Amino acid sequence: MTRKQRRLTMIGGSLAVLGLAAGLVLYALRSSIVFFSTPSMAAEQHIAPGKRFRLGGLVQPGSLKCGDKTVTFEVADGAATLPVSFSGSLPDLFREGQGVVAEGALDSSGTFRADTVLAKHDETYMPKDVADALKKQGHWKDDYGKQPAMMAAGAPCEGRRVRQ
Amino acid sequence: MIAESGHYALVLALGLALIQSTVPLLGAYWRDPALMNVARSTALAQLAFVGASFALLVTLHVTSDFSVVNVFENSHSLKPLIYKITGVWGNHEGSMLLWVSILALFGGLVAAFGGNLPLSLRARVLAVQAWIAAAFYLFILTTSNPFLRIANPPVEGRDLNPVLQDIGLAVHPPMLYLGYVGFSISFSFAIAALIEGRIDAAWARWVRPWTLMAWIFLTLGIAMGSYWAYYELGWGGWWFWDPVENASLMPWLAGTALLHSALVMEKRDALKVWTILLSILTFSLSLLGTFLVRSGVLTSVHAFATDPTRGVFILLILCVFIGGSLALFAGRASALKQGGLFAPISREGALVLNNLFLTTACATVFIGTLYPLALEVLTGDKISVGAPFFNLTFAPLFVPLMAAVPFGPMLAWKRGDLLGAAQRLLAAGVAALLAIAIVWAWARGGSALAPLAIGLAVFVIAGALSDFVERTGLFRMPLSKAARRARGLPRSAWGTAFAHAGLGVALIGIVCETTWNSEYIATMKPDDVARVAGYELQLQGLTQVQGPNYREQVATFMVKLDGRQIAVMTPSKRTFTTRGMSTTEAALLTRGASQLYISLGDTTDGGGITARIYHKPLVLLIWFGPVLMAFGGLLSLSDRRLRVGAPKPAKELRGLQAAE
Repeated sequence: MTRKQRRLTMIGGSLAVLGLAAGLVLYALRSSIVFFSTPSMAAEQHIAPGKRFRLGGLVQPGSLKCGDKTVTFEVADGAATLPVSFSGSLPDLFREGQGVVAEGALDSSGTFRADTVLAKHDETYMPKDVADALKKQGHWKDDYGKQPAMMAAGAPCEGRRVRQ
Repeated sequence: MIAESGHYALVLALGLALIQSTVPLLGAYWRDPALMNVARSTALAQLAFVGASFALLVTLHVTSDFSVVNVFENSHSLKPLIYKITGVWGNHEGSMLLWVSILALFGGLVAAFGGNLPLSLRARVLAVQAWIAAAFYLFILTTSNPFLRIANPPVEGRDLNPVLQDIGLAVHPPMLYLGYVGFSISFSFAIAALIEGRIDAAWARWVRPWTLMAWIFLTLGIAMGSYWAYYELGWGGWWFWDPVENASLMPWLAGTALLHSALVMEKRDALKVWTILLSILTFSLSLLGTFLVRSGVLTSVHAFATDPTRGVFILLILCVFIGGSLALFAGRASALKQGGLFAPISREGALVLNNLFLTTACATVFIGTLYPLALEVLTGDKISVGAPFFNLTFAPLFVPLMAAVPFGPMLAWKRGDLLGAAQRLLAAGVAALLAIAIVWAWARGGSALAPLAIGLAVFVIAGALSDFVERTGLFRMPLSKAARRARGLPRSAWGTAFAHAGLGVALIGIVCETTWNSEYIATMKPDDVARVAGYELQLQGLTQVQGPNYREQVATFMVKLDGRQIAVMTPSKRTFTTRGMSTTEAALLTRGASQLYISLGDTTDGGGITARIYHKPLVLLIWFGPVLMAFGGLLSLSDRRLRVGAPKPAKELRGLQAAE
């Protein structure tokens, strides 16, 4: 095999693998990416039922209801609220009045059916996406970022967690 | 005084780094041995000063000196001693100081043990190390000084984030940093070679042990971090494709590729330009990992810092080092002579394939991690790229790679015999098919993917074993002779077998855990019994316990198997009074390589408690695999050291050098 043939084989092989990877990436980007939205953004954009997105906002105080298998609560961003139902176990840091990010889709009745409620907050207890969105809409209060020592007392209700 | 001394030592280290980054280069340019030798002494002195600075910060934390901001914000006088020490790197400033201390440590090691390097190469390598060090000293001193004082010292500290008060975190960051920063050595060698305009097989022989060492630490560091997330976050998940995790996976993938391409360069003098590029990319990805975690562009448990000036500074370091090194590469790479012809079907060809798949997989992780950031900057749209993306892109690239792994060591250099290799792998193939059949029958149908993946894993393990059998002549020769040959086998061959087998072992763990994991979630009251995977778990009671800096609610479960009591498990929930945060302490019961996992939820009004109970079959293999890989690396390293001590071409080079 000559040097040229060898080089062509290598380049051909590399292009094949890179092409495969590029195809996979494009396909995966189209099918498995979710956008982030707050309740008022969701209302403006008329997100179709069944389309997955991430909902972020503050858990409306007093809205948390713990059913037998599902938990319902409302997410608010100051301008709009959206009811959320979730059949899983809520993360340690979930509290009424605090930031939350949930992933799922709207059902036909307009309720957001979440399959994940994110537990990964930073130490200021406010998901970055939520903080940005609230700041943009002018509903940010500086004490949101503070230590919620006084809020941590009341535990949220229990529930069931369902694997994704 | 202690804080001021630490600060001063750090400034002196910066001064030494500045000298080290210029004088040896001039010396190498003028061919002045005295100036070149400055690198050695400054590197050692720099290590001494930054080491002292780090030791002083540890002292401040241990003695709970709350007049120092860093101690006040991250420590508490009641915190156990071990977490006072690990708290030093549980925050941004301290972890950066650890980063730069490890950098100085590696520089010091090159200075101390690089006696057999050509003088000019050693001078240039240490100078490049000093550039990196100087940039990070400047970063620490201007934006993240850990020695700042508070005007009115408070009596008590704010305590460390409770999630981080864990033994896993005592070991995870130093391991990870040893890996990240270890790749700076291969980077410095690459830059030095580009400046020098000369590179040969001896170069690869010097670089390989350093790369291997960094790779071992990074492998262990990632495995450790994954295990920490598994038991500490209370979700029973071990990999979340979180950007911070990806930040450590990318250098690992590139570093693994580098390890293999350096092999080709060392043995066959081929793939030179590619190896240089990989060295640059691997360290660039390590820097990128530091940037992603430290700049606050991402938000997760790991991101302690959210100060934009820091982000911009690290971004600047990133641009200068990556841009500069790539520009140098573009300018000089063509000067490096290519050598070593080989056919596509050969050991070199197999290693090229390995590199191709590893770097492509690394690129997909890169896109998945950075695309959301880029999109947000460009359009303002917020998206999240989660596990589905990575499962769709990463897994299909890893499957062919793993299928090819057993073939690599079976092929000869230059021109291999694929058919011959396939024949020698017949036994491994049969074992894989048997494994598929057995798993299929045992699982009674179900997903076809899982048995196939297990088959692939068995093929990789059996392939590593048959390579070993082939080399020692086991089963073909009398046992005593085979044993003698096994002893005579180079350690690196053993290392390859262990590392490759580790890959298969980890895959078995991953497949079993994700496919046959069973879980039980319910609200339990005392004397309630949960049945999971044949085990009976009875909740005996709930008790309150007072810890050093937290209150703890402990649930006691009696575990029975076939009516016989086998263990008592005590998961708990801790509430840390200072930060008002609670953490879930999962209880783990190890049975063979499988684990029972209990984590507690919240208490309910009726006196019950939510419990999540998982049975995770063969889950420990996920981390045992990487440990095997690291052990293989260690074996290989012990082999290399013997040769690195006296590389033959080096002696000739040194002879030449002396004549110059």
